[in-house]
Amino acid sequence: MTYLLEISGLNTYYGESHILRDVDLSVKAGEMVCLIGRNGVGKTTLLKSLIGLLRPRSGEILFEGCGVNRQAPHQRARAGIAYVPQGREIIPQLTVEENLMLGREALPGGLARNRSIDPIVYDLFPILREFLSRKGGDLSGGQQQQLAIARALLGRPKLLLLDEPTEGIQPNIVQDIEAAVRRIIAETGIGVLLVEQHLHFVRQADRYYAMQRGGIVASGPTADLSQTVVDQFLSV
Amino acid sequence: MQLLLESLFNGVAIGSVLLMAALGLAIVFGLMGVINLAHGELIMLGAYTTYVVQLIFKLPALQPVYNTYVLVAIPLAFIVSGVVGVLLERTVIRRLYGNPLETLLATWGVSLILQQFVRSVPLAHAAGLMLTLVLGFGLPLLLPQKLLAGPRRRLMCAGSWAVSALGGVLLAGGLAAQISRIARATSRNVDVTAPKWMRGGIDYFDITFPVPRLVIIVITVVAVVGVTWFLNRSVWGMRIRAVTQNRSMSDCLGIPTETVDVLTFGIGSGLAGVAGVAVSLLGSVGPNVGGSYIVGCFMVVVLGGVGNLLGTVLASFAIGLLTDLIGAGRLLTVWPDMPTPLADVVNFFATTSMAQVMVFALIVVFLQFRPAGLFPQKGRMVEA
Repeated sequence: MTYLLEISGLNTYYGESHILRDVDLSVKAGEMVCLIGRNGVGKTTLLKSLIGLLRPRSGEILFEGCGVNRQAPHQRARAGIAYVPQGREIIPQLTVEENLMLGREALPGGLARNRSIDPIVYDLFPILREFLSRKGGDLSGGQQQQLAIARALLGRPKLLLLDEPTEGIQPNIVQDIEAAVRRIIAETGIGVLLVEQHLHFVRQADRYYAMQRGGIVASGPTADLSQTVVDQFLSV
Repeated sequence: MQLLLESLFNGVAIGSVLLMAALGLAIVFGLMGVINLAHGELIMLGAYTTYVVQLIFKLPALQPVYNTYVLVAIPLAFIVSGVVGVLLERTVIRRLYGNPLETLLATWGVSLILQQFVRSVPLAHAAGLMLTLVLGFGLPLLLPQKLLAGPRRRLMCAGSWAVSALGGVLLAGGLAAQISRIARATSRNVDVTAPKWMRGGIDYFDITFPVPRLVIIVITVVAVVGVTWFLNRSVWGMRIRAVTQNRSMSDCLGIPTETVDVLTFGIGSGLAGVAGVAVSLLGSVGPNVGGSYIVGCFMVVVLGGVGNLLGTVLASFAIGLLTDLIGAGRLLTVWPDMPTPLADVVNFFATTSMAQVMVFALIVVFLQFRPAGLFPQKGRMVEA
């Protein structure tokens, strides 16, 4: 079985400070992989390196067997990597509908050929349909998170990068988000790389990688995730 | 009634020139946040384009359709200023994003270069150079993609530039030979003569509406409607709005941000070119014509609220009406027997340049109370 995403020996720096140290990681299609670790160990840096916002100094990122190290974020997005950043990053002055449309930009032909919004996102997140004409910046945190995930899914990605999707969000929306992510994986068979602190959500992943000081220090199926590992790497 | 109408018309006329000049800047400065001091010179290039087009239409072959030259000049001025703007973005401004002071200095330098360029290069040669640039950038876009793919790419590119250069040289030579007035460089101001249908005025309600002013108002309305439609309804408009609000996330969504930058800057610059056509209809065209508009443009954009087109529109009309109110001493006409000291003050400001001083002073005072302009950005995300 070939991997959807394969990273080997990745090193990323912020200026002179060494953040990621020789990270190896892989994600298969149809698999949910969770990245755990305390604050500041480089989880977000890893995701930013994968989407292309940060340029790794060495190492290789293979997406569907092709090296994407030199590609700009928009090229990786069009190749099939979708990114839901920490803090959602909704375009504030655009309406919810326009924000969703922007998700279509990653499809072949871009926005110009894909102007309709796939109704599946309303099925996953019914609240979005009610707010279509509101400004994205006026939504609450939880609504913005749902919008950000919906936006990412509209580009029919092959790999979804989720950075702390449940951080600071009320519990009932956390459940909606968990259900939506599971359903998407079951229905479309995409790979998901998730950064998460909520133990409940972590348990739903197929495999986990634990990070410490910029390196991967433990990994395995989440079924084997013992309480000691949890205590060591999750800040809850 | 008549007074009100006349005042209103003059104000709207002054305002629409301002608005036309500031519209491009509202995009470049308002949306992209680039302080482009060469904006005035892009207006100047548009004005000179009108002049050259007008001379070309005076040639015997084109004499019968001379009256339509303004219609040809508008798109040409858009292209000329747009291409210069794109070139400026690619070579200078792109390297300075996020450094407003350096951008300010660099674009000021560019504005000086452009001023000296029209002084020391014959307009015929400049027209040839422009044709080369337009064709050189345009041909690869027009040719079918298949021809450009593969190993022949370099050859095709070189070939298209060679063709463009040849076209440019031919145009420069032809123009220099045919029209003696643009064969040699001159720093003197030139005059664009309006076609016959644009001279004179239309009488209505005992007021004469000068036709050039009406034409400028029409151009401005069309431009504002066009820009609004483009930004709010078109696909590229949505991309532009997304990139200006959140560059890195837009990139992650698959929007080619560099292409968006070039396009945005090109359109803003092109609009400056169209403003140049309007300016050339009002007075003589010289290398310094841009300088007299640039301050007003920045005033309009800041007063309207940076990044807000509606604000820009209202601000320019407000400035226009106020300028007319003060500049023509309207208060004295309304209230002829006001106390002498007050009448003296009103009279003192009742000239075009003093009215401008007064208006700018009022704007400065206004910005003390509303630093973000008439329409500041609102919403949850503004602070973030």
